[in-house]
Amino acid sequence: MEEIYAKFVSQKISKTRWRPLPPGSLQTAETFATGSWDNEENYVSLWSIGDFGNLDSDGGFEGDHQLLCDIRHHGDVMDLQFFDQERIVTASSTGCVTVFLHHPNNQTLSVNQQWTTAHYHAGPGSPSYSSAPCTGVVCNNPEIVTVGEDGRINLFRADHKEAVRTIDNADSSTLHSVTFLRTPEILTVNSIGQLKIWDFRQQGNEPSQILSLTGDRVPLHCVDRHPNQQHVVATGGQDGMLSIWDVRQGTMPVSLLKAHEAEMWEVHFHPSNPDHLFTCSEDGSLWHWDASTDVPEKSSLFHQGGRSSTFLSHSISNQANVHQSVISSWLSTDPAKDRIEITSLLPSRSLSVNSLDVLGPCLVCGTDAEAIYVTRHLFS
Amino acid sequence: MVPSCPFIYIIRKDVDVYSQILRKLFNESHGIFLGLQRIDEELTGKSRKSQLVRVSKNYRSVIRACMEEMHQVAIAAKDPASGRQFSSQVSILSAMELIWNLCEILFIEVAPAGHLLLHLLDWVRLHVCEVDSLSADVLGSENPSNHGSFWNLVTILVLQGRLDEARQMLSKEADASPASAGICRIMGDLMRTMPILSPGNTQTLTELELKWQHWHEECERYLQDSTFATNPHLESLLKIMLGDEAALLEQKELLSNWYHFLVTRLLYSNPTVKPIDLHYYAQSSLDLFLGGESSPEPLDNILLAAFEFDIHQVIKECSIALSNWWFVAHLTDLLDHCKLLQSHNLYFGSNMREFLLLEYASGLFAHPSLWQLGVDYFDYCPKLGRVSLELHIERIPLNTEQKALKVLRICEQRQMTEQVRSICKILAMKAVRNNRLGSALSWSIRAKDAAFATLVSDRFLRDYCERGCFSDLDLIDNLGPAMMLSDRLTFLGKYREFHHMYGEKRFADAASLLLSLMTSRIAPRSFWMTLLTDALPLLEQKQVIFSAEQTYELMQCLEDLTSRRPVRGESDIQQLQDEDIETTKVEMLRLALARNLARAIIREGSLEGS
Repeated sequence: MEEIYAKFVSQKISKTRWRPLPPGSLQTAETFATGSWDNEENYVSLWSIGDFGNLDSDGGFEGDHQLLCDIRHHGDVMDLQFFDQERIVTASSTGCVTVFLHHPNNQTLSVNQQWTTAHYHAGPGSPSYSSAPCTGVVCNNPEIVTVGEDGRINLFRADHKEAVRTIDNADSSTLHSVTFLRTPEILTVNSIGQLKIWDFRQQGNEPSQILSLTGDRVPLHCVDRHPNQQHVVATGGQDGMLSIWDVRQGTMPVSLLKAHEAEMWEVHFHPSNPDHLFTCSEDGSLWHWDASTDVPEKSSLFHQGGRSSTFLSHSISNQANVHQSVISSWLSTDPAKDRIEITSLLPSRSLSVNSLDVLGPCLVCGTDAEAIYVTRHLFS
Repeated sequence: MVPSCPFIYIIRKDVDVYSQILRKLFNESHGIFLGLQRIDEELTGKSRKSQLVRVSKNYRSVIRACMEEMHQVAIAAKDPASGRQFSSQVSILSAMELIWNLCEILFIEVAPAGHLLLHLLDWVRLHVCEVDSLSADVLGSENPSNHGSFWNLVTILVLQGRLDEARQMLSKEADASPASAGICRIMGDLMRTMPILSPGNTQTLTELELKWQHWHEECERYLQDSTFATNPHLESLLKIMLGDEAALLEQKELLSNWYHFLVTRLLYSNPTVKPIDLHYYAQSSLDLFLGGESSPEPLDNILLAAFEFDIHQVIKECSIALSNWWFVAHLTDLLDHCKLLQSHNLYFGSNMREFLLLEYASGLFAHPSLWQLGVDYFDYCPKLGRVSLELHIERIPLNTEQKALKVLRICEQRQMTEQVRSICKILAMKAVRNNRLGSALSWSIRAKDAAFATLVSDRFLRDYCERGCFSDLDLIDNLGPAMMLSDRLTFLGKYREFHHMYGEKRFADAASLLLSLMTSRIAPRSFWMTLLTDALPLLEQKQVIFSAEQTYELMQCLEDLTSRRPVRGESDIQQLQDEDIETTKVEMLRLALARNLARAIIREGSLEGS
């Protein structure tokens, strides 16, 4: 693991996200957005890692990420997602959900749309109005789903002023994170250790399924869905434990892996190499989990009725092989038997790593030590 | 290029700490500080020293990086006032680096005689850098030797001991004017042959001294012979190389400060100076240079104190001159690791290092964002660190749960259970007020706060009594082992279990659970009526569910409940109505219990199979 560049940016970073590449593009990731927190003035910023043709002897500075533009953000940036190539949605600690628009020609950001009272404890009409932090946001063009400390789920649509659907009191505790399973299903995790699946096609305010660990109700902080297999979900908890779930079967996780020593803030499957998983934590470390196993070549000789027919059997056994590989290596992984390689990616322990994102061979993460780390060679 | 400036400005605190660029200084130095604390205590001798020197260089490079960036900002500043502000910040940082560098040479590197001078030369070259721009200027011109500043450049190269470069310049002059080629060559030879200690050299100090004496005498002879009389520039160069103070003082402008004067003087009069002799030269250099015209600046006093190896004076003067504790805290900590401060204790108990670190960390806590850095500094203050941290950490404003979680993690890692409880209690109260009972419960579970868990459960039960159904079933149904935290919570969980059993028509189990809830006394008294009312449908079932024993116990509970009811005196209509309902309920219960008892006795009394 070489060439990870660090840059101190004078703000504690709460979220980092790569800008998605246009589908079918051959480029590597170039731009990422960050959100800051805990400042008197917080900013949403866009950075570029640009193009370095030749690395010279002091390669350190060549790899630096440069600030493109930024914009003031009210409240802490609790979550951040790219809605499409130009728009960024952020969740704020003031309960507001904002859509920012990036103008590439003059490199500025502007506010495109805002829902200021997306999350609150007591309603806007009541005398004791108090806002609640919005803790998670996820987008699937044109829909935006947000969750917050008020236990509320909102479904917004870009360019609609009001929420399309709101589930009040969806949860009696704080909802920490949300992800799409299949549209129109979403999955939320909360601070009493439950995963809840909600189906927007159904009326009513009840989840369609609830999964949880028996044993200690450890709050879950992050969730991510396997990019290819929509029933495989990974969650990270307050005790640093990584759990893999199969939402089709049962209410228990498939595997529990003891990982970090403190809260796991984010978990991500690699979008194009889903055998690789990344987690970051309050204990200041960022781990790369590599579950890719060598599938032994199955014999292509397939004896049928005493006659071995290589040509025919080849296609049949191929089908068998294909069926085998569809089963996710995460689900079939037995931690005792198959080895998952875990690598720590940051050079030294620092303050909490709050966020990470991966796209292709590039990884970006942000820490409470006010530093952003970028690497373009994840799999070297 | 960074201007070298002998002045230190005192700037108000409100500008300092919050500057964007200085934040990088704080963050990066925090990382270096932690690395330093974790250096293996076992290491001694050379390896330890080299590690400490490396740490010192890291600190200095961080300061320099900050300086560079601030310089860029100062240049790019749109209005002159902020440009000036940035420039003065740059000069403060430059002064800090100057002092730190000297402290590194004298206290950490502890260079012996001979090497000492080499380090001091490097130090001066680093900080008086007009040379490079001047050199670029002159060399870039058509005819370098005719450039107006040519001789200035050569002189300053000699003053800085950069004799090879000076020789190169002289050769240009030799090429340009053949008349003086001869004497330029002689001068060049003198420069080449000056003995100097090079790092890889194995000569002893005495050898070097001897050689240097010879060389010095050779220079003297040239002076006596007036070899260079034709060229006044070369003549003054010769005098400089002989260490003639008057000649050196003539070059005041080029020297620009007294410590440059000091180092040059040492170079050409006593290159094998010992560290302990430095302060004689330092004091006299300062006096000579200032010449009674001006008084020493704070920076001068600090440097002088350093030359006198008076570390405490250095730190004291720096604390007074600088408005931020960053510099003195980190420098003192580093010097403490070099075991240079052990012997002194301040009057109020903690030693100087701890005092400064505490001050610095407290300052960080005043910042909305940098408090996280302060935590680690408190950790390494053995006497008062923990107490200070306990006080500070409770006062951090918590506006989101995520921030609260981070603060709690910090407290838990240090076993500060009191702080954990108090923070969780605050958060739980907030949650209850916002009607987020699930959150309230999860906070009380984290703090293992049984009392609060009881409070939350009471709320749930009250809601049930009022509305007839539970809110937040998802929480209560899935309590798990957290149920054991408080009796009330256990009751709540078990009660829901009862509902489940009833729903699944496992009546016998439900019945015994209900009974155990009452007899084990974990049900709050106020709830008994509800429990008994829940028992009614079970009593009214076709089959007998409660045994005779159980029915007796139920009757016992009912009696317990009714006997305790106070006799009411004056009561209004509403209370009378309530009482009516109560009496009806009690009567119904009595009837049901009696009927059940009858059926139970009969069933138990009859023979099996009949």
